[in-house]
Amino acid sequence: MRQDARERFGLRRAQWWKVLLAVAELAFCAGLAAPAAAGTIWDRVSETVLPNGLKVLLVEEPKAPVVTVQIWYKAGARNEPLGKGGLAHMMEHMMFKGTPKTGPKQFSVIVQRNGGQDNAHTARDAAAYYEDFAADRVNLGLELEADRMVNVLFEEKEFLPERDVVYEERRLRIEDQPSVTLGEVMRATAFMAHPYGRPTIGWPSEIKGWTLQDAMWFYKTYYAPNTATLIVAGDIKKDEVLKKITELFGPIPRGPAPPPLVIPEEPPQIGERRIFVRKEAELPIFFAVHHAPNLTHPDSAPLNVLAYVLGGGESARLHKKVVYELQLASYAGADYNPVYMDPYLFGLSAGPLPGKTAEEVERAMVAEVERVQTEPITDRELQKAKNQIEAEFVFAQDSVHMLANLLGAYECAASWKLLTTYVDGIRKVTAADVQRVARQYIVPDNRTVAILIPTKPGGGAPPTK
Amino acid sequence: MRQTWNRLGTWARPTVRSIGLLVGAILLMGALTAEVKAAALAQREVLPSGMVLLVAERPAVPIVAATLTLQAGAVFDPPGKPGVANLTAIMLSQGTTTRTAPQISEAIEFVGGSLSVESGTDTARLSFSMLSKDLDLALDLMADLLTNPTFPPAELAKKIPEVLASLKRNQEDPGTVSYEAFMTLVYGSHPYGKPTEGTETSVPTITRDDIVAFYQAYYRPNRAVLAVVGDVTMADLKQRLAARLGGWAPGGPPLAKPAPPAPLTKSVTKTIQREVTQAAINFGHLGITRDNPDYYAVYVMNYLLGGGMNSRLPQKIREEKGWAYDVGSAFAPGKYAGDFSVSMQTKNEVAQDAIDAALAEIRRIRDQPVSDQELADAKAYLTGSFPLRLDTSAKVVGMLAAIEQNNLGLDYVERYPTLINAVTAADVQRVAQKYLNPDTYALAVVADLTKAKFKP
Repeated sequence: MRQDARERFGLRRAQWWKVLLAVAELAFCAGLAAPAAAGTIWDRVSETVLPNGLKVLLVEEPKAPVVTVQIWYKAGARNEPLGKGGLAHMMEHMMFKGTPKTGPKQFSVIVQRNGGQDNAHTARDAAAYYEDFAADRVNLGLELEADRMVNVLFEEKEFLPERDVVYEERRLRIEDQPSVTLGEVMRATAFMAHPYGRPTIGWPSEIKGWTLQDAMWFYKTYYAPNTATLIVAGDIKKDEVLKKITELFGPIPRGPAPPPLVIPEEPPQIGERRIFVRKEAELPIFFAVHHAPNLTHPDSAPLNVLAYVLGGGESARLHKKVVYELQLASYAGADYNPVYMDPYLFGLSAGPLPGKTAEEVERAMVAEVERVQTEPITDRELQKAKNQIEAEFVFAQDSVHMLANLLGAYECAASWKLLTTYVDGIRKVTAADVQRVARQYIVPDNRTVAILIPTKPGGGAPPTK
Repeated sequence: MRQTWNRLGTWARPTVRSIGLLVGAILLMGALTAEVKAAALAQREVLPSGMVLLVAERPAVPIVAATLTLQAGAVFDPPGKPGVANLTAIMLSQGTTTRTAPQISEAIEFVGGSLSVESGTDTARLSFSMLSKDLDLALDLMADLLTNPTFPPAELAKKIPEVLASLKRNQEDPGTVSYEAFMTLVYGSHPYGKPTEGTETSVPTITRDDIVAFYQAYYRPNRAVLAVVGDVTMADLKQRLAARLGGWAPGGPPLAKPAPPAPLTKSVTKTIQREVTQAAINFGHLGITRDNPDYYAVYVMNYLLGGGMNSRLPQKIREEKGWAYDVGSAFAPGKYAGDFSVSMQTKNEVAQDAIDAALAEIRRIRDQPVSDQELADAKAYLTGSFPLRLDTSAKVVGMLAAIEQNNLGLDYVERYPTLINAVTAADVQRVAQKYLNPDTYALAVVADLTKAKFKP
């Protein structure tokens, strides 16, 4: 999980990853909301599409002798058939089971033997795989990814224990974490029709029901050059790397076009929804989400600025009022990630202090939102939010891994080329724009509120007021 | 995601153990490519005040990252008052003679930068990350916080409930509860056995006087190391610091060394009932300090046992059995003591089986030499992944701070491959026999005990 961008804002890391997982269910890289600035690095991205449909993005960035090789497949949770939730993520786990060439379970052994680090993540729209190496091992990363694009071994004796591992992952990361459970129920309520309401890891009964044949079907359907974007960034020579890529990936035939997905459009929300989760915990939690457009929409930039005005640190409005002045909560923030194929959510979150209720925290949070809706924000607040968004983006570029992440996530959501213009959009945002989007989107009729009611051992809970 | 974190030798639970230890993990791997070797990692000078200054120029990146590390961690908490070091670090940014708490956060956030102060077990750290153009602002704020804090009573009255809330929220994470219980079993009354944030009983008793006394004693330049990485030179930085930290006076007591914790004489178990689907398990015993001559052999041995995804514990318990998503082992080598632990989360019903399987792996690495291939693979990873440990400014800052904290010398990165490659299969077995004990250990389990059956 990569939360460096958020950690800067003063919340403890342990709380933030839970909050982020809960509100946005980001499998990783929450900091993606903030591209920008200095008009340059994107000019150095070269895009090539091979005849078989594989899109290749290369960036020469020699400031450290390392390279990241990442391959992003448009094969996320949105691509799963009803009842097979979590299959995309299970497929991610199967990608490490080896091929006839590498041998069973040898993928990570080979990577680490070469001083590399590998991992993967699955999100709603895509699954991504990476190897980070010393720069001289770039060809190995390419060879491994070309091989497992088509040759993954599927064996029952590997599949069944791995399915158990994924169930343990669900228990660890969701079921035994009150805030994450709350977020899961909240999203299932906010999205009635769109598959974004389904947990990426799958519901328990779905996990138990996957078969080896399901995984093989998913692989054959969604893993092919024409569903993938390959990104190589670091201390490389583009020409040499492209030649190697052509040699390794070129012979892989284009796959059949995946079957058309029937994804219902989420109908407009016509009234507040409110859910409660009762779970063994120490303190209540308040979350609220609102349907909000994605990065292709003109309102995305002002919503991003709004998220920083409300939640961009200790000097932002929610922390300053709810934590610092009123002393109702130990954290209070806002979260907006527009890097999704379809419209997603604008979130508010707060952790009441002992003795305070979720309801009084909610009133204070909503009052701050209403203040933005009725009075324009100050010029300094507007400039601060813009500076923060631009700076986050500069900080992300310190790491070629993060740079490639940005490219992959934008490409899978819409197009990496949006990175070249996003900062201009941020710079153009006015106080009136921020007020307008706050009035349009952050309103009760578009809101799903989720409250954790902590229970004590034995299941007893105080009555809510 | 396929895995959540690596445990290359130290703990990655940020709520519990010192950041200094996390940074230590950076040192635990690596080989050098020619490119890294060619340039010195950093310049080092000791300023007249006693503060050590380390500067690594990285002009290609338009940011400056820095960490000031102070010998002012929770090990120095006054007796009976765990949490003073933590609250002192928190309060440092809550007001100075010329700035209020909101003015401090607004100044840094307006330029899109960050500045934080936090305390761990051994050290406290003030860190900032800024665009290069804002370096003067960052240095102004850093110097103001270090030399002019006022610890306003009204701010302290706000921070104490926040710390108490954080303690409560920690109790919601079974892994944290299990780990804290484990640490208490292993360390007893040693400071490492107490949560760095303090306890629900100690925190409310901490006064402003406690904090002022702690600050006066431990926030001194002769206890400080400042590591700076970015588009800046040593000469330039020295000049900028002289104008700002000239009045920061050395002083304070000598570094007291806490009495070493007593080893367990028999196995102890603590079980904690929670309505959870998984048992969160930690078991182990005392380990080694960072200056132990066996450090590198222990490090390689632990990597083979449970330090990585391809290590024996995850191969057996995760890959073969499917019992856990997260399983591994770690040595946490502190400055004053250290521990070894195996940790895992597994469904309640197989908890005892998983513990038994882990103990069997500990016995195997003690009883049989590791294979040449296994050892070669481990060394190749530990040395070959080094460039990845220095590929961002923040990572270089962490490396510099850890080198200084552990007296490793700026040639450490060059010596590292030799240190790792010198470890033999016989060394691995020898240190496994010396530092792993499958018969006498502390076990802490948070589980639904109605479903998890443990042997007495």
